[in-house]
Amino acid sequence: MTLLTDAMLAAAGAFVLLSIVIVYRIVRGPTMQDRVVAANVVGTNTVVVIALLAAAFDAPGYLDIALVYALLNFLMSIAISKFTVERGGVM
Amino acid sequence: MVSLYEAGVLALLIGGIFFALVAVVGLLRLPDIYTRTHAASKTDTLGAGLTLAAAALVFGSGLPTIKTALLLAFLFITNPTAAHAIARAADDQGIEPWTADDGGEDR
Repeated sequence: MTLLTDAMLAAAGAFVLLSIVIVYRIVRGPTMQDRVVAANVVGTNTVVVIALLAAAFDAPGYLDIALVYALLNFLMSIAISKFTVERGGVM
Repeated sequence: MVSLYEAGVLALLIGGIFFALVAVVGLLRLPDIYTRTHAASKTDTLGAGLTLAAAALVFGSGLPTIKTALLLAFLFITNPTAAHAIARAADDQGIEPWTADDGGEDR
């Protein structure tokens, strides 16, 4: 199982690196929606990283954290896109 | 010697990282918000799905696998929905889509 543990940790590291690259788009924008999309992708990558760490360390408790993080990530995107538009009703 | 099971997990991991990389390249390189939303939502959803499938395989069977599958299903539903809401918010704010008339300039 050690090969798979190493592969999981390497994949988690790759996802963290990709998330760091995305921060460029969050900083630069130029529109608010660009930043929300980029933050949403970072959140999705974070969920994947937490799930990978749960699998690598054989700690199923982490999966609950990943589920809550996915919920909050979705709520963040919906809330920002709904409440920054004047007439509302984005969905 | 790599067993078939390990090879499957490795293939899923590599596929997931590849699609996450495609999402990042699209997010950085494409010219406007609509194309970026397109790239980010589709490829990142698939990348996350493949990687979570690898995690579910490693857990074997039991409750953790079910939780990972739930997470996968949840991401597959919510990620495109969020991208749709963001793109629609951009349209409501009056952001014009990029056209060839912009001459290669980003928006």
